[in-house]
Amino acid sequence: MVQTLEKGSVLNKESSSIVYDTQQLNLWYGTHHALKNINLQIKENEVTAIIGPSGCGKSTYIKTLNRMVELVPTVKTSGKILYRERNIFDADYGVEELRTKVGMVFQKPNPFPKSIYDNIAYGPRIHGIKNKKILDEIVEKSLRGAAIWDEVKDRLTTNAYSLSGGQQQRICIARCLAIEPDVILMDEPTSALDPISTLKVEELIQELKKEYSIIIVTHNMQQAARISDKTAFFLNGEVVEFDDTDVIFSTPADKRTEDYISGRFG
Amino acid sequence: MVGREKFDADLQKVQALLLELSNTAIDTLNNSIDYLLSHNIEGALSIINNDIHINRVEEDINDQVILLIAKQQPVSTDLRRLIVLIKAAGDMERIGDYAVSIAKETIRIGKDAHITPIHLLDEMRDKTIHMLKKILEAFVNEDMEEARKIAKLDDEVDEMYGKTIRTLLASGVEHPEQLSQITQLSFVCRYLERSADHATNMAERVLFLLKGKHYELNN
Repeated sequence: MVQTLEKGSVLNKESSSIVYDTQQLNLWYGTHHALKNINLQIKENEVTAIIGPSGCGKSTYIKTLNRMVELVPTVKTSGKILYRERNIFDADYGVEELRTKVGMVFQKPNPFPKSIYDNIAYGPRIHGIKNKKILDEIVEKSLRGAAIWDEVKDRLTTNAYSLSGGQQQRICIARCLAIEPDVILMDEPTSALDPISTLKVEELIQELKKEYSIIIVTHNMQQAARISDKTAFFLNGEVVEFDDTDVIFSTPADKRTEDYISGRFG
Repeated sequence: MVGREKFDADLQKVQALLLELSNTAIDTLNNSIDYLLSHNIEGALSIINNDIHINRVEEDINDQVILLIAKQQPVSTDLRRLIVLIKAAGDMERIGDYAVSIAKETIRIGKDAHITPIHLLDEMRDKTIHMLKKILEAFVNEDMEEARKIAKLDDEVDEMYGKTIRTLLASGVEHPEQLSQITQLSFVCRYLERSADHATNMAERVLFLLKGKHYELNN
């Protein structure tokens, strides 16, 4: 797994480059226009928070970034999402290739009903890695990267279901790291966790952004303020405002943003 | 739109406290000059004794704002509104302190006949009290334009301060035996000038609240 380190060091040199460039993205679920003319640039090695009331399109947006939204049969899109300068909607763009580069962590921890070790080794095995020594290295590095190695190193054969919710979520993050992604999408990753586990995941996100680009959907405004570099405020399928998190939470330009972050609607 | 009713209600309570503190502080400063001009030692003593109430209201405002921040976690304008309340309470508490200092000078002067230039202090008081009352209005109404206008009056107070000090010093040359009272009145003059500076601070706070940027209106 030296590869990841090398990749990280290259990324750091070009820290201002764009990972995702969303251009005039529209998305419909049947006749429902869920995303309207979205234009967003996501930078490398930054945490970008997506906030907004329920039904505003924020989860739809991040599920579009790895084309997971296509699992809904009635979905139709227009516009472009350039990932590393290539449109992910291009006919020859393989969705598997995209999802290898773009990992995802969900609201509810969803480990496989397998041992901790097998959860982490699952992805690399699918990618053809059979060598036990290499798999051991991947498992250790991923668990360390997800800040859970010390808690589970002596019980790697235990079923992941036996862990606490917070630990399970970090196992899911480790599983995501094991395939060496470039971007990690997080859809409300701490909403099912207690405050201490939430804090651990937040601290982990700060560590992870040194090597990965992170896009996180959160309903917790204080969490967005604490951990993100940029914040996008979505409302009714549109991006109302996208700016430095410091600006969004101190002097937002749009009154709707001010009202939302102040808890006056949503 | 769903409001933050609990936050807004608690905020209004703190705002009411600031209004109470400000009115008391401004009245106290005004009275302190009245008592100086009328040699009212009893009045001066009451100002000194009552300062503890002004201090307590300021502490109360600070405590309630801290609680509101801890419990409601406000951001943006809501957060600035609370920070500005604490700072404005500090401004007004300081004006109460200046009134106390003036009251102490009144006691030091006692029943000695006043020297001639004392009327200049009366004029300076009128201008300072006018500034403080108007800035309080602008603060309550969050009126940026009015705040800017009022801050400009500080130049007039500064001018009056310079004139009064010069007159007092000239009086000292002619009447060296009055040097003690001249010194005391110079201090009073300074306290009024500083009070007007706090009115300017309040004006800057209104701008910070509404714009989220720091302004220097004293230059």
